[in-house]
Amino acid sequence: MKENEKGRRDFMGMALGACAAVGGVGALYAAKRTWDPLPSVKAAGFTTIDLSMAQENVLNVEKWRGKPIFILKKSADMKADDRDIVIGTDRYHVSIGLCTHLGCIPAYEKDQHKFKCACHGGEFDASGHQIFGPPPSPLEIPPFKIEGTKLVLGETGPEYQKMLDAGLTV
Amino acid sequence: MAHFEKANSLNEWLDQRLAINTLKRVLNTEYWIPKDINFLWAMGMVLAATFGMLVISGIFLLMYYKPDTNLAFDSVNYTIMSEVGYGWLWRHIHGVGASIVFLIIYIHMFTGIYYGSYKKGRELIWLSGMGLFVAFSAEAFSGYMLPWGQMSYWAGMVITNLFSGGSLEAYGLVEWIRGDYVPGDAFLTRFFMLHVLLLPLVIIGLIVLHFGTLRIPHVNNQEGAEIDFKEAADLWKAGKKKESKVIPFSPVFLSKDVFVMGVYFILFFYLVFYNFNFAMDPVNFDPADGLKTPAHIYPEWYFLWSYEILRPFGKDAGLIAFGIAQAALFFLPFIDRSPNVAPAHKRGLFQVWFWVLLIDMIALTALGKLPPTDPTFALLGKISAWTFLALGPILVVITMFEKKIEKGA
Ligand code: FES
Repeated sequence: MKENEKGRRDFMGMALGACAAVGGVGALYAAKRTWDPLPSVKAAGFTTIDLSMAQENVLNVEKWRGKPIFILKKSADMKADDRDIVIGTDRYHVSIGLCTHLGCIPAYEKDQHKFKCACHGGEFDASGHQIFGPPPSPLEIPPFKIEGTKLVLGETGPEYQKMLDAGLTV
Repeated sequence: MAHFEKANSLNEWLDQRLAINTLKRVLNTEYWIPKDINFLWAMGMVLAATFGMLVISGIFLLMYYKPDTNLAFDSVNYTIMSEVGYGWLWRHIHGVGASIVFLIIYIHMFTGIYYGSYKKGRELIWLSGMGLFVAFSAEAFSGYMLPWGQMSYWAGMVITNLFSGGSLEAYGLVEWIRGDYVPGDAFLTRFFMLHVLLLPLVIIGLIVLHFGTLRIPHVNNQEGAEIDFKEAADLWKAGKKKESKVIPFSPVFLSKDVFVMGVYFILFFYLVFYNFNFAMDPVNFDPADGLKTPAHIYPEWYFLWSYEILRPFGKDAGLIAFGIAQAALFFLPFIDRSPNVAPAHKRGLFQVWFWVLLIDMIALTALGKLPPTDPTFALLGKISAWTFLALGPILVVITMFEKKIEKGA
């Protein structure tokens, strides 16, 4: 009888534990999903930018997914780079304008052809490579697809895929 | 059911049902406090009172604040500040309180370190206190987001970007925390929830725990003397108040607490009425703009030291250094290997260690405020950060060799 009762208690304990574990995992998953970005936020993640109006060595800043996007048409004397987006004979540097250190917006120094981040002194060249300070990696290139002279941000085109495969951006 | 006599007073009626007399005894009239403690020991009650001010002023702000990226800035800077009757008062109390509470926390913390109040038997007091410090930091940070000014936005951007360090990025952790690609509506509303509900609950729970951890090991004293509380209490109860080493918390010690609080609140309201600006960053009076970074991003003064520890390193190393800085003080009771519960000035090298720690943290705070572009200051920042990181291992070594102090002198 005693033995028997102990067995029953153990079983109740185990059953309770199992139910609580399943419920707990479920609740945690639901809580995690609640904090995920909403579908409407994700759907608004595409932007089309017309590149034909850009002027050489003048930084344009557009907005995509709330982030600033740097668009810099390179002049002939600026070094070509694998990270350039080439349309016809024009070369563009396009990147997310947030310092890869902690996300400040670097300023473009026209004469020096450099991006300077005031926050912790990071610097990037006109192709977005980090050349000074704490930033650990080059300015990121957003996923893009070329359509004529237009750029669709948020979509992965073959040119972007190639850069990804070559490890030129993350 | 238990047997109840007819009660002759409200007190008796309640006592039969709630045992309030026992409660009063345990928490007040027979909760013994050593005589030998100075005004620094009143900081706990000062903190509790300040937290009370923050809750009350927060409730008033809550009635007009709008957690929406389009409305938040104006609801604070226009509606509350100039439309709501005395809205400015609540905001200034809340702003000054949020800043000053950290000053008191740091004093409270350094008092504990100086007198060795975290040592054997009192570890849980220290740990729950550090838990409170972290909870208060989260509370302050989430509150800082709410007015949705430029500093709010960019502080949110920079701090959440810390979570993209190493391979964390691959899991989309930053976007998950923000609920968006950048700090936006989802970010604001969830920080609003944290600030007004979840974190205050955590803080209240931790305060109760913190008080609870104190009841059995009892509060430390200026000499770190071991007191036989039972014997001392019996002396007091027998009327030998002079001979007894202890006093009851209420009303005797509380009267001292209340006096210190009185002085403190004079200073507090002086700041609220005449000097509230120190707690309000001018940059935060520009509405948030995701396409423009302020020239120089810095946190509120009470985070500067840990921010400066993060700055000299690269992103991943910075994250690790920052993490260590946040967690390091938790381990104090375990890395201090000395058996002595005594004030720092009696512990030889520990005293040097204490002042180096304090000065280093002040230096980090000052350097954190300066722009990073000056190479001398950047170097000093680097040295101070390394000093802070080195102080932990140094403490282990020096306290291992610390001689036992003979008590009774
Ligand atoms: S955010 Fe640019 S250097 Fe730190």
